[in-house]
Amino acid sequence: MFEIPFVNHHILSSLIFCPLIGAILISLLPRRVSREGAFTVALINFVFSLHLMAHWSNAPISQGRFRFEELGQWLPQFGINYHLGVDGLSVFLVLLTTFLAPLVILASWNGVVERAKEFTILLLILEAAAIGAFMALDLILFYIFFELTLVPTYMLIAGWGGARRTQAAMKFFIYTMGGSLLMWVAMLYLYFRQSAATRSFDYAPMLETARGLDLGGSGVATFLFLAFAAAFAIKAPIFPLHTWLPDAYTEAPTAATVMLAAVLSKMGIYGFLRFANPLFPETARSLAPIFIALAVVGIVYGALVAVAQTDIKRLLAYSSISHVSLIILGVFVALLAGRNAELARTGATLQMVNHGLSTGALFLLAGWLWERRRTLQTNAFGGLAQSMPLYTVLFWVALFASIGLPGLNGFVGEYLILQGAMSAGFWYAFGGATGVVLGAIYMLRMFRSAMYGETTREENRTVRDVNARETFVMALILALIIWIGVAPQPFLGVIGGDGTQQNNIAQRNATQQNATRQTMPELAQSDLSTQ
Amino acid sequence: MPTSYYLVISAMLFTIGVLGVLVRRNAIIIFMCVEMMLNAANLAFVAAARDLKLMSGQVFVFFVMTVAAAEVAVGLAIIVALFRNRATIDVDEVNLLKY
Amino acid sequence: MPLYLIVLFPLLGFIINGLLGARLKKPLPGIIATAAVLASFVVALLNVLRLASLPEDARRITETAYTWMSVGDFRVDVSFLLDQLSSVMILVITGIGFLIHLYSVGYMQDDHNDPEGRLYARYFGWLNLFIAFMSVLVLADNYLLMFVGWEGVGLCSYFLIGYWFKREDAAEASKKAFIMNRIGDFAFLLGMMLLFVSTGTLKYFGDSGAAGNATQGVLDVARSNAGAFSAVGLAGLGGITLITLLLFIGAAGKSAQIPLYTWLPDAMAGPTPVSALIHAATMVTAGVYMCARSAALFELAPETRLIIIVVGALTALFAGLTALAHNDIKKVLAYSTVSQLGFMFMGIGAGAYIAAIFHVFTHAFFKACLFLGAGSVIHALHGEQDMRKMGGLKAKMKATNITFMLSGLALAGAAPFAGFFSKDEIIAGVWNYSGEYNSIYKIIALVGLVTAFITALYTGRQYAQVFEGKARDEHLHDHAHESPSVMTVPLWLLAIGACFAGLLGLPHLPGVPNLHAFTDWLTPVFSVQADASHAAAGTGSHNPGATLMLLLVGAVIGWAGWFMGRSMGTRQGERAVLPASTHNLSLDAVYNATFARGGLALSAALRWIDDNIVDGIVNGIGGFFGQVSSALRLTQTSFVRNYALGMAVGAAVIIALFIINR
Repeated sequence: MFEIPFVNHHILSSLIFCPLIGAILISLLPRRVSREGAFTVALINFVFSLHLMAHWSNAPISQGRFRFEELGQWLPQFGINYHLGVDGLSVFLVLLTTFLAPLVILASWNGVVERAKEFTILLLILEAAAIGAFMALDLILFYIFFELTLVPTYMLIAGWGGARRTQAAMKFFIYTMGGSLLMWVAMLYLYFRQSAATRSFDYAPMLETARGLDLGGSGVATFLFLAFAAAFAIKAPIFPLHTWLPDAYTEAPTAATVMLAAVLSKMGIYGFLRFANPLFPETARSLAPIFIALAVVGIVYGALVAVAQTDIKRLLAYSSISHVSLIILGVFVALLAGRNAELARTGATLQMVNHGLSTGALFLLAGWLWERRRTLQTNAFGGLAQSMPLYTVLFWVALFASIGLPGLNGFVGEYLILQGAMSAGFWYAFGGATGVVLGAIYMLRMFRSAMYGETTREENRTVRDVNARETFVMALILALIIWIGVAPQPFLGVIGGDGTQQNNIAQRNATQQNATRQTMPELAQSDLSTQ
Repeated sequence: MPTSYYLVISAMLFTIGVLGVLVRRNAIIIFMCVEMMLNAANLAFVAAARDLKLMSGQVFVFFVMTVAAAEVAVGLAIIVALFRNRATIDVDEVNLLKY
Repeated sequence: MPLYLIVLFPLLGFIINGLLGARLKKPLPGIIATAAVLASFVVALLNVLRLASLPEDARRITETAYTWMSVGDFRVDVSFLLDQLSSVMILVITGIGFLIHLYSVGYMQDDHNDPEGRLYARYFGWLNLFIAFMSVLVLADNYLLMFVGWEGVGLCSYFLIGYWFKREDAAEASKKAFIMNRIGDFAFLLGMMLLFVSTGTLKYFGDSGAAGNATQGVLDVARSNAGAFSAVGLAGLGGITLITLLLFIGAAGKSAQIPLYTWLPDAMAGPTPVSALIHAATMVTAGVYMCARSAALFELAPETRLIIIVVGALTALFAGLTALAHNDIKKVLAYSTVSQLGFMFMGIGAGAYIAAIFHVFTHAFFKACLFLGAGSVIHALHGEQDMRKMGGLKAKMKATNITFMLSGLALAGAAPFAGFFSKDEIIAGVWNYSGEYNSIYKIIALVGLVTAFITALYTGRQYAQVFEGKARDEHLHDHAHESPSVMTVPLWLLAIGACFAGLLGLPHLPGVPNLHAFTDWLTPVFSVQADASHAAAGTGSHNPGATLMLLLVGAVIGWAGWFMGRSMGTRQGERAVLPASTHNLSLDAVYNATFARGGLALSAALRWIDDNIVDGIVNGIGGFFGQVSSALRLTQTSFVRNYALGMAVGAAVIIALFIINR
């Protein structure tokens, strides 16, 4: 199949296998160095991903947009390939994952002492699976990685979680797996629709088959789209399929919560952008108003329920629902926004990273508070700004990034999404922008009752401030938050494909007339602009 | 002798084996009954192979015997472990996995 | 000197104070911050001089730092624009900002809320950050960058109101201010997006570039192609009306107009210099600036301007009345600010943009001076803010007394102090308005006169209550002392401004000295869209009779109100003029009962629904399978024979099926 890769030529495989091999090595190493080992492995992987970025602009481009492509046969008799590639849509999600992985290991250095070896091994496997899912260009390969993320997450929640961890882990596992099984069936259907000789699960042929069904006006396309959508809607999640989330986020240990909120929920949105919508563009477009409506409900509903929460982590979980719904809104208004579709789509793509950073930061901060006080009920605090000045400052930045203050990263993505939504219709943008007000309400209420005011409890007077390690972790995340907020253009440029976009649009216009007769490479190129 | 005789014997042996598994409570006996069923199948294989002048039936018998041998090893080990733990080999008393 | 230095200096001050401030000794952080703003002021001044040296029709300095976002057709640069309008604002911001920084060095020296001085550097850091964002707001050359400054100043306002976060009132007020501002920002954001959808850009002005290369900005489109906005209309509202209404709601949030003004009085929980800088002189006028900047848009929407002028007049009137009902020295000034902002919006509504900006300009001087004077009094009385316990401070605090009186006279609109000219110009502009809804404007002008009288009344009363008469609290009075010169020097400078700033924009009337620098300077910005039918520039030159009359009435009202107020203040030292129940028009109570309580109840209800119904369905499905399986598990009897029987029967059935289907 493939040789042991040299990093330079198989950078994408290296990104997946570095943490996996690392996990195996750590299982052989003595317990006392497992945290150091895992951190090193994750750090090496982050260096790999930087290497990827450094060579981004001169990497060969295949199928019009995928870079660093790796293609090998895996199970040729079933048309299953080991096919990897990244483009503007996925590259920052990969980077987000490799960036956060060492940080969460560092962040839970003292938080998880018991069975730290198993813990770090699971985190590394989770990292590998998530990266794999973002890079896979074969549907089976994607499905495997998509499902593989469940296992370590389940174990992390069930093994190191809070009081109701077993229930939360079970719910998370069954709920999300139920959705993906529907997707699996849809994949098989598409596979068997192809002519027996050339059947393949590879992205391009699957795209061709699905588009054929979709543009042919076949009723089955709706079911297939919904099957794909089910998997991604649960993962993201979209209202009303979100109820696994508050339990899972709240009960999971901090590191797992961060990975869940920052990375895994993005797999759902990524799934829409990469698979569900490009595979069935017409169906997606006709169903878009429904998804937009659900997204708006999610934004308002998540925010309103967040207002009523008394547990900080649970509040953040609901805020996450609200924010993710905004990204979903961006994904679907892009289908209706016409000329400004690219705005919404680019915004949604960037916002995935932004949300990962700000929510990740907030959950880390909440986790550190929990380590100190063993509770996260807001009424147990009050006046913490007095005893934890540095923590307060870090919290501020993460919080304002989360509520979309201009100059921090959240605003850039939010604005692009909403501007795209405005092109699609006033009320879409109106619905999406309500999050701007509601977000400020629940976040500032929480902050006010936890951090401001008189210190009423003795315990809060002596809480120790963040230490150097924690400050370091947070400073890195916050630096990125500010960078994206102040100068997002490098990111937007890569997401937009560095000007290849114009060609794609032109090409799409040329090929749209006889879309059913499109050849494979053209399809792959044009789907960026039609998704 | 016609092949049908062998097959009748095989069927009888198999039935005895099934009944033994169904009605007996002693693990060893049940185990032996299982073996008897395997051998009934072997008999049918050999007889059919001779009748059809095919070697594959004979070869299958070797497979079955190998499997049976492996099964004996594992099965007896289980029974010994069971006896050590529960001081009984009455399968009705082994009911931890009920409901 | 590049423009971005104006932003950069205070930003550097913020970074230095933010990172190292905790290690620096008092008053070093304050000095650093003050120096940063001074540097910024100098750069601003040099640039304005450069601007003035340009020919009148080319007075625009633009400067692009870098591309902020660019996706497809959408492109927003971080680029700055200095024209006549932003030059006025930037000088006010950095100039008055510098004086207030200087004053703060003295004011914050010993802070009884923070005796260890742990927050001292933070205070100056935020103050610097505020100046940086405020400069971005006025120097931006596109709406999105303006929004950055817009939200940024809101952020600094949040931090500074909540500066003494231990105090419950400060914690609540900061949260309230930010959230209410966000409601306005929400509308602003939508309006801005509509602008992009209809014009395809967010820049104010395009580049004139070479032929065929020229681009149009939003305001260019508004002047040349008003039909562009009709595409975004919504259910009976014309596109331009919708856009301008949304922008105005944004402005109302930031500039504390009905119904979004209740945060401003609460914001007085912050340190007094903050109230002077943010909640009087600069940030709250950002809404007025934004509307004036978008004048080309508002000119197209007479309906919106009618709404603006009505809201402005109502706000001015009611806030003025409320100021009469308060006894807290800062609250009176806060309501007075709300009321004056109402005046400015009356100017916007009447299309008298120059008059509105002129009032922003003069108001910045006298209101900052009043707040700082109040701060000086509070400082002297060790934090006492209740005017009923003051009185007789005239002799003890000479500098504060005189400066407070001068700027009070300016606020009261007593001729010939600064407020008199700017306020009168607005009222004249409203009276002389001759577009649609003409008669309503006449009524509004009368309301303006009444409000001007009320203004003079409460100002006179406040002055008398604080400084004149006899001391009502001997103990406090004994400890009172004049503030150090680091505080009084800014007071004097501001008081000079309060006296003479008005002379920059005397009305264009026969016989009045030729002092119209302010109006002449700004006229080119607004003249382009002026339809000559009304007094767009608010100069009143085409209707000298009415203007002169209003001027005289205004002068009488100003002085009469001032003296009546003074006698009221000395006589009724213990009692407010209006009953306390009129505080805040009870709007706060209404909001609490409806939005706050209702919202919380709704959110609690939704939480219940989420836990029990939405999640209940999910758990119900799980539960159903649980039930089924508990029924089915009874088949697991643990009798091996049962299992074996099952297998045997199963095998028999399968064989039977094979035989039957053979």
